Amino acid sequence: MALLLVPFSAQGARISELSEATIWEQVVRFFQFRDPSVRYAVAGSILLGISCGILGSFIVVRKMSLFGDALSHAVLPGVALGFMWNMSKDPVAIFIGATLAGLLGAAVVHWVKESTRLKEDTALGLVLASFYAVGVALTTMINQLPTGNQSGVDKFMFGQASAIGADDIKLMATITVLVLVCMALLYKEFLVTSFDVNFARVIGFPAQVIHYILMMLLAFSVVTALQAVGVVLVSAMLITPAATAYLLTDRMHRMVVLSAVFGVLAGVVGAFVSFLDDHLATGPIIVLAASLVFLAAFCFAPRHGVVVAWWRQRSKSARVSRENTLKSIYHVLEARDFEGEGVSIRELAQRRKETLEESQKLSHALVNHRLATITGDDILLAPAGWSRACEIVRNHRLWELYLTNEAKIASDHVHEDAEIIEHVLGEEVVRELERKLKYARQDPHGKPIPGLSDIRRGTGVYRREDLVGYGKR
Amino acid sequence: MSDGSSESPLEIHDLTVSYHKKPVLWGIDLCVPKGKLVGIVGPNGAGKSTLIKAAMGLMPLNSGWVKVFGKPVKKNLRRVGYVPQRESVDWDFPVSVMDVVLMGRYGHLGLVKRPGKTDRDKARECLDKVKMLPYANRQISNLSGGQQQRVFLARALAQESDLYFMDEPFVGVDAATETAIVDLLKELKERGKTILVVHHDLPTAKEYFDMLLMLNMRVVAFGETNEVFTSELLQKTYGGRLTILSEVAEAVGKQQ
Repeated sequence: MALLLVPFSAQGARISELSEATIWEQVVRFFQFRDPSVRYAVAGSILLGISCGILGSFIVVRKMSLFGDALSHAVLPGVALGFMWNMSKDPVAIFIGATLAGLLGAAVVHWVKESTRLKEDTALGLVLASFYAVGVALTTMINQLPTGNQSGVDKFMFGQASAIGADDIKLMATITVLVLVCMALLYKEFLVTSFDVNFARVIGFPAQVIHYILMMLLAFSVVTALQAVGVVLVSAMLITPAATAYLLTDRMHRMVVLSAVFGVLAGVVGAFVSFLDDHLATGPIIVLAASLVFLAAFCFAPRHGVVVAWWRQRSKSARVSRENTLKSIYHVLEARDFEGEGVSIRELAQRRKETLEESQKLSHALVNHRLATITGDDILLAPAGWSRACEIVRNHRLWELYLTNEAKIASDHVHEDAEIIEHVLGEEVVRELERKLKYARQDPHGKPIPGLSDIRRGTGVYRREDLVGYGKR
Repeated sequence: MSDGSSESPLEIHDLTVSYHKKPVLWGIDLCVPKGKLVGIVGPNGAGKSTLIKAAMGLMPLNSGWVKVFGKPVKKNLRRVGYVPQRESVDWDFPVSVMDVVLMGRYGHLGLVKRPGKTDRDKARECLDKVKMLPYANRQISNLSGGQQQRVFLARALAQESDLYFMDEPFVGVDAATETAIVDLLKELKERGKTILVVHHDLPTAKEYFDMLLMLNMRVVAFGETNEVFTSELLQKTYGGRLTILSEVAEAVGKQQ
């Protein structure tokens, strides 16, 4: 990430130097789509977003992300050789050169893995570094040639969407259509070989051929994305949108579509920002845009987001804390045989062995959740608060009884466990526990277990004859 | 299909398989009669999983051949159903229960063609048989071990095969799933299917299967359960490790 930002911040200064009017003019120019270069840049970004997004989904679920990275670096020498073919930026020559280099890289990985005891990650690392080094050497050579400095071959390093021409677009469109057609025809084959390759072979699918088709499409898309994103970061276009989509959905077809959408989004944002300043490399911006979307999903995805999970955890502990306060109030009431309705904050603090301020804070949390009201110094349980308090105490005592009676655990060992279980027991389990324990009235310590009638009674004046555990219900 | 009901569902002749150049199965000969429930038992490393994988053509053979209903297995895969080990796949994979069971229909569909309504109905029917229909739309990681196993069984049922290979279907499942699997196996057998099950638990093996294949790198015994489930043969399979055979295997592995 840090590496990514270095070339970026230096360029960023230039943007702010542009007068506001110029930026505005550029924005208008961009959205008018009158410039052919804008049209090409946007079209190119959309096309690469679609093809990389779709294939990336399969790369991610097949756990081949590193392979995508190695492949994208391995194509650089091919790009340089394709350029040297007739010393011009001929898209077809470059495409052929890059694809061949990519396939050679993949073959070398396979070969190293099969013929030595090195594992795949090492083989990938070897190929990535060595091919990339050759590519860098070749491009440096081209740039030093008299005709080379105007070449724009260095644009392949970090990408420049504005350098995309009509021929490039034709090639990109061809590849994207090819990817879409293959996906439409072979989606089920890609799915089953990715999920369970042995099963796919048992039902007679040519798993190896399907794998090669996928790798071929991958190589094609990587090569076409080079113009816009550059060699260094093209693997991010494969991985980041797909990883984002994976966090947001549990179905493969939705993941493929979402991933393509994120890819297009990042591509267009990258093309737009880099258009504002011609010197800005497009690749880092595209990748940055994709990474920001990923960050958002990482934090806020409904099921897998970390912030969401943290929030859920937090609200859960807040609930547990409220329930513990309710339980303490119940205990205070129980200790004085349920005489009088209110429990003073001082009594609660004494019971919970904490300061008045702490108890005050806890009781305000109850008020906020409409579980109690505070009049003067007294906490008065609302019906909902009373029912929940009874339920928690019942859960606790039932669980203690269950552990002592059924699991034969000593009665002085069961309290800690019940402290946790009381907050998570569902009504169904409670019914079953009650049945198993034959509707016992007392816990192992001799305390009465509140029943349904206590819970339903809500609040009100606790008359002596209504008291819990006295068997007068 | 001209199967000729006299053909054996599975015939293996002189099968030898190596793993990383080390032989794991030696000269296996086997002829399984139709409509039998066969348990494959043996100690760890006896080659139980390797045998069924090799029988389905998932592994290269050093020698020998496998015929399914009288034809080479590659030509008759339509009639083979497979329940792999539960741990063999990534359960975080973004597919629903229904998606997985539909994969059982892929073999009938062939390449390119997509599953249609009849396939969906078939998949639902199979899910219902293993009592997993209510979970059809769940993502597969969101299931218990037993439920995951039942999804794999439903997928195999959807294959509508005549010969089934199951790799340790009873591992890590709850009691309810275990009974459900046993019932299902019996039902399949009554419909004339032949089933080979890799199994690790001897006491239940005696109870569940009509025939037992006792395996320890070679076939120690194959026959009706009540005939081969003897302490002598068990001793031969599990105890008194076949030291010479495994030493030779070790040596061959090193040599290459």
